[in-house]
Amino acid sequence: MRSYTRWVAVVSGWGVLLLAAGAASLRAQESHIGKLTGHAAAGKDLYRRYCVGCHGPDGDGAGENAPWIDPKPRDFTLAVFKCRSTPTGTLPTDQDLLNAMTRGFVTTNMPPWRPLTNQHRADLVAYIKTFSSKWKTLKPGTPITIPAEPRLTIESVLHGRGLYQKMECWKCHGSKGHADGPSAATLTDNKDLPIRPYDFATGSRFMCGVTNEDLYKIFMTGLDGTPMPSFADNLQPADAWDLVHFLRTLQPLKTPEAALWKAWLAAHAAELKPIGPGGPGGGGGR
Amino acid sequence: MRTHSVSVLVTALVTGALARPAMVVPAAPAGAAGTISGKVTYTGTPPKMKPIDMAKEPNCVTQHAAAPVLTENVVTGPGNTLRWVVVYVSAGDQGSAPATETVRLDQKGCQYIPHVLVVQPNQPLDIYNNDPHSHNIHPLARVNPEWNRSQPAGAPPIHTKWELPEFIPVKCNVHPWMHGWHMVLTTSHYAVTGEDGAFTLSGLPPGKYTVTAWQEQFGTQSQDVTITGGETKTANFVFKATPY
Repeated sequence: MRSYTRWVAVVSGWGVLLLAAGAASLRAQESHIGKLTGHAAAGKDLYRRYCVGCHGPDGDGAGENAPWIDPKPRDFTLAVFKCRSTPTGTLPTDQDLLNAMTRGFVTTNMPPWRPLTNQHRADLVAYIKTFSSKWKTLKPGTPITIPAEPRLTIESVLHGRGLYQKMECWKCHGSKGHADGPSAATLTDNKDLPIRPYDFATGSRFMCGVTNEDLYKIFMTGLDGTPMPSFADNLQPADAWDLVHFLRTLQPLKTPEAALWKAWLAAHAAELKPIGPGGPGGGGGR
Repeated sequence: MRTHSVSVLVTALVTGALARPAMVVPAAPAGAAGTISGKVTYTGTPPKMKPIDMAKEPNCVTQHAAAPVLTENVVTGPGNTLRWVVVYVSAGDQGSAPATETVRLDQKGCQYIPHVLVVQPNQPLDIYNNDPHSHNIHPLARVNPEWNRSQPAGAPPIHTKWELPEFIPVKCNVHPWMHGWHMVLTTSHYAVTGEDGAFTLSGLPPGKYTVTAWQEQFGTQSQDVTITGGETKTANFVFKATPY
């Protein structure tokens, strides 16, 4: 009798362990986005239909179309992602991955995958995470806190302009945001492939979204895997919003920032020192 | 049962107390721990290190006006010695205490100083920018998380660490000539060669060791060395250099 109880205890103990291990590995095969739960098993079939051509059967970005694509498709085996709400050096959230897939990547071959249902995209997120063991050993980062956007003022834009000089955004993005700074031509990504900085003159969409908040996230989290670093160590949230307001003036768009800037420039253009080597001192110097 | 475990505990404490001085005593006579030392050299023709054009960063041109900085991927010394080679115990290490001393990396004159640094997992690493302009520090880690952080002029040091063993190339995207290495080693028995190519690994208890030498362009070489007592064994490494 005694040995029987022991036997039962041992067996059920193993059972619990196996269940726990199973649950952990199952969780690594899932994505959780709002009320949606994505499943890697379902994502696999979708991946093999829609994604494999570029990202490859092994998720390493070496699909059969890859040789003709620039920039190259994402290599999921590295678990390094550009568009995140989380700090540099951390894994993105499932929501971040779903957003990236939904949005696509401007200036690349990655289209917006809006034709797929939310459930399908959630399944794909779950499957993408099976390509790197980092999803089992590490947790996604904690999304950065973004305070509400302060009111747009000319002081904010001018301070942002000073930060564009001081943080040396112009070294890559150029003094007018045309992606022609002194370091622009030699930039390489984490696979030593050439990569271009964002050209603010080309349009409306950024690499990771269209809103002011998306823009804030881009430079406060960095685009991991690319030369674009995180500036979170040295920009306070108020500074970051000022920089957002200035960056908007570099785009050829009818934004409130651009309108305000244009009106101010009409009367004050002569006061501005050009951005670049020997440009205005940091902290709002004109 | 209870008394039994108490007696076990007491025995453990007593033997522990007795064992402690007993363990120190054999280590006290000089030379119980051995040393492996040697030299790293090359045969053949190494590539010529080229002067770096820092024209993109006028500050750095000024800083090096007297002598332009040369590339550092193969740095040699008189007598065909090799600098910046990491020599370490890759197998047989009998356990190392976690390193707590902070390792320092400087960015000065658009160079990483030192070019190659060694840290142990979780050892504090502080990164300083001594230049009057921005750098971005972009370690191209694969096993550890890859990150990329901007450090403008006058910014405080970045306090960081690496958790897992890995040889991590580090670059600055703004100044593409800036290359360095963060070598994360689990062993505390390591050395980075200077211009004389010499290294010494000391404090090795008797045992069988594999010693590995790594050079960023020529790869790795290993040798097995057995330490039987307080002796110094020699292990020299010769890399075949090719000009490209």
